Amino acid sequence: MEMLWFWLVSVMIAIYAMMDGFDFGAGILHLFVAKTNDERRQVLAAIGPWWDGNEVWLLAGGGALFLAFPKVLASGFSGFYLAMFLVLWCLVLRGIGIEFRSHLRDGMWRAFWDAVFAVASILLPILLGAALGNVVRGVPIDATGYFNIPLFTSFGIHNPVGILDWYTVLMGVFVLVTIAGHGATFLGWKTDGRVHARAVNAGLPLWSFVIILWLVMTAATLRVTPALFHGWATSPLAWLATLIYIAGLGAVMFGLFKGRHLLAFIGSGAFILGILAATAASVWPVMLRSTLNPEWSLTAHNASVAASGLRKGFIWWIIGFPIALGYFAMLFRLFRGKAQAAGEGEGY
Amino acid sequence: MGDPLFWHRMQFGFTASFHYLFPQLTMGLALLIAVMKWLGLDPGREHYNEAARFWIRILGINFAVGVVTGIPLEFQFGTNWSRFSAFSGGVIGQTLGMEGMFAFFLESTFLGILIWGEKRFGPRRHFWAAIALFVGSWLSGYFIVATDAFMQHPVGHMTAADGTLQLASFWDFVINPWATIQYLHNMAGAVVTGSFVIAAVGAYWTLRGIHTKQAWLNLKIGVTAGLLSSLVVAFPTGDLQGKLVAKHQPVSLAAMEGRFESGPRAGLNMIGQPNVAEGKLDNPIRLPGVLSFIAYGSFSANVKGLNEFPRDQWPTSIEMLYYGFHIMVGLGTLFIGLMGMSFLLLWKRRIQAQRWMLWILMLAFPFPYIANTMGWMTAEMGRQPWLIFGVMRTSEGSSHLVHSGQTIFTMLGFAGLYFILGVLFLFLIGREIAQGPAGHGEVN
Repeated sequence: MEMLWFWLVSVMIAIYAMMDGFDFGAGILHLFVAKTNDERRQVLAAIGPWWDGNEVWLLAGGGALFLAFPKVLASGFSGFYLAMFLVLWCLVLRGIGIEFRSHLRDGMWRAFWDAVFAVASILLPILLGAALGNVVRGVPIDATGYFNIPLFTSFGIHNPVGILDWYTVLMGVFVLVTIAGHGATFLGWKTDGRVHARAVNAGLPLWSFVIILWLVMTAATLRVTPALFHGWATSPLAWLATLIYIAGLGAVMFGLFKGRHLLAFIGSGAFILGILAATAASVWPVMLRSTLNPEWSLTAHNASVAASGLRKGFIWWIIGFPIALGYFAMLFRLFRGKAQAAGEGEGY
Repeated sequence: MGDPLFWHRMQFGFTASFHYLFPQLTMGLALLIAVMKWLGLDPGREHYNEAARFWIRILGINFAVGVVTGIPLEFQFGTNWSRFSAFSGGVIGQTLGMEGMFAFFLESTFLGILIWGEKRFGPRRHFWAAIALFVGSWLSGYFIVATDAFMQHPVGHMTAADGTLQLASFWDFVINPWATIQYLHNMAGAVVTGSFVIAAVGAYWTLRGIHTKQAWLNLKIGVTAGLLSSLVVAFPTGDLQGKLVAKHQPVSLAAMEGRFESGPRAGLNMIGQPNVAEGKLDNPIRLPGVLSFIAYGSFSANVKGLNEFPRDQWPTSIEMLYYGFHIMVGLGTLFIGLMGMSFLLLWKRRIQAQRWMLWILMLAFPFPYIANTMGWMTAEMGRQPWLIFGVMRTSEGSSHLVHSGQTIFTMLGFAGLYFILGVLFLFLIGREIAQGPAGHGEVN
């Protein structure tokens, strides 16, 4: 049951990264691929029906973590205290930017919210990527199961560490570029005209950069957490996930070269899902690794709630999850085709 | 002031109070918009659709602020209340998890269709989107109230070998009697806010002599719903809630009433200032026997005073708790009177001529927000010094490794951010109301 919930939580967080990833990516590229008001409204119209629902995956994934492994949530959230609030403030400003922009037909008002939307969309993947970096690197969890680290110390990877060090910042940059590439394939698929052309043009350089950073990250991780590769080598699931993300990378490249935009988007989504799944399979059963004493690490076994809660939770989860997928399938159908900016006052 | 616990509480209290200004209007409007869309399905009642269109625009802005201010609350369970989360996650993780799965996805999916989809999807599907948003937002409310109910009146749990709380009975926990009663009381309060806002806009347009037809319709909807919901808040839901507190949290009831000595025929204090140091209420004006009646249904029942409980079980801020409760009850009573009178004038079609009444209706809309906030303060301060009543003290639940330098930093950040958010919100809503039901679509 713990293994099942470990995977449910991992899958929901991976879905979050893939789904909110494309609207973050659109935000990263917003100022660069869309220059005029009409073009920017086209970007916002493309993510408009989705972004709020995409963000719910974060809450649903967090809820699943709370339900199954509250000790991990408690330790991680309080340990990364300041970074969590930076994430929150960016999420608040970004959501407000998207929703408030259309309410005034005024150039300065819109330029301001465009900038807020773009800057928050750039900061969020860096912060969330750094969080992933911390999970991989490990944190100084004590015997009681808690830790608290500052935002940064000396940027070295040895204790006393901060949330940001050379490794986690590098991870943040890797995630930023990947998410920007994911946004480019999304806009390539969902928009037309100049926005489409600029997004497609940005695709190849971005994804080439992703491949370079991926190699750098792999080497860096080998140095920081060799144990991860031991986990990878013994987990067939991790091999399968690796196959998926390499295939995704191939699909992105093929799609970008051949102008098969939906294929490229599916490929970039598979890359994100696969690389996170491979990471999850490699760290299993450890969820937060203690750098002080391996026995103090929080694992799916020592941090989970009693079996009664996991079983009851699974019963409603198995009902709720298909319903949630159904909503997204419905949105997909309702808003098929290229995104069109609606008339003023009717849409974004 | 350097006490970390104080700042953990301050931040959660501030961000939760600010957040709840928005969902109460969302939930109230969601119901009333669904009613407007339902009535508007009849082709002869197009003006109901027109009214719904205006309120959906308000709802859109309001909902966005509600969503973004709600996420910080979910995060704070982990960031600021980590020991509480680790201790009780085996139980409350269920409702918080279900809220995401069953309520948030539903709301987020249909909000877009409701806001942008009337032309694209037609009147019938648009009506169903309104229903979906209503169900989603009201479900979300239930999951949160059920979580709070566990903190007020823990049921359905057991203590595991490692000392943490685990789920014993899913249904006992989800259908906690405290949850069902507090939920109905709370939702009726949300409809009061929604109705007062609708009535205020109707009154404003009437006073200005603009958008006459829509102004009349808004007055009609706002005042009718306002009277019904104000009645339901008091009776039966408020009455049942009071009896629940009397039964399960007698020490909180004593503090809410500023009652130090026990005794039969307890009076309800209308006015007075609790003097905790001397253990009495200064300048009391009492309705004799009424508290006994409210709490136990008999004018002669004995109601315990604070002196009967050990000091370490007294709520931490008796004064604030006392005022919170009395402001809520006082305003709730005034609401019934105000809406009752307005309804009579509406019935006799004389309300448009009574400008003084319209002025009062226009200016009254902030008071349900105050009453709802005070109600939640009563509930949560009445729970003190417990985080989970009788099970875990608030001081045992905070994140012990997070120091005041961190919490004060983030608290100040929220104060600044939410101030700007509040100003922008009022600006945009004011603009919508000034532009009227036709909106700024192709005009401007």
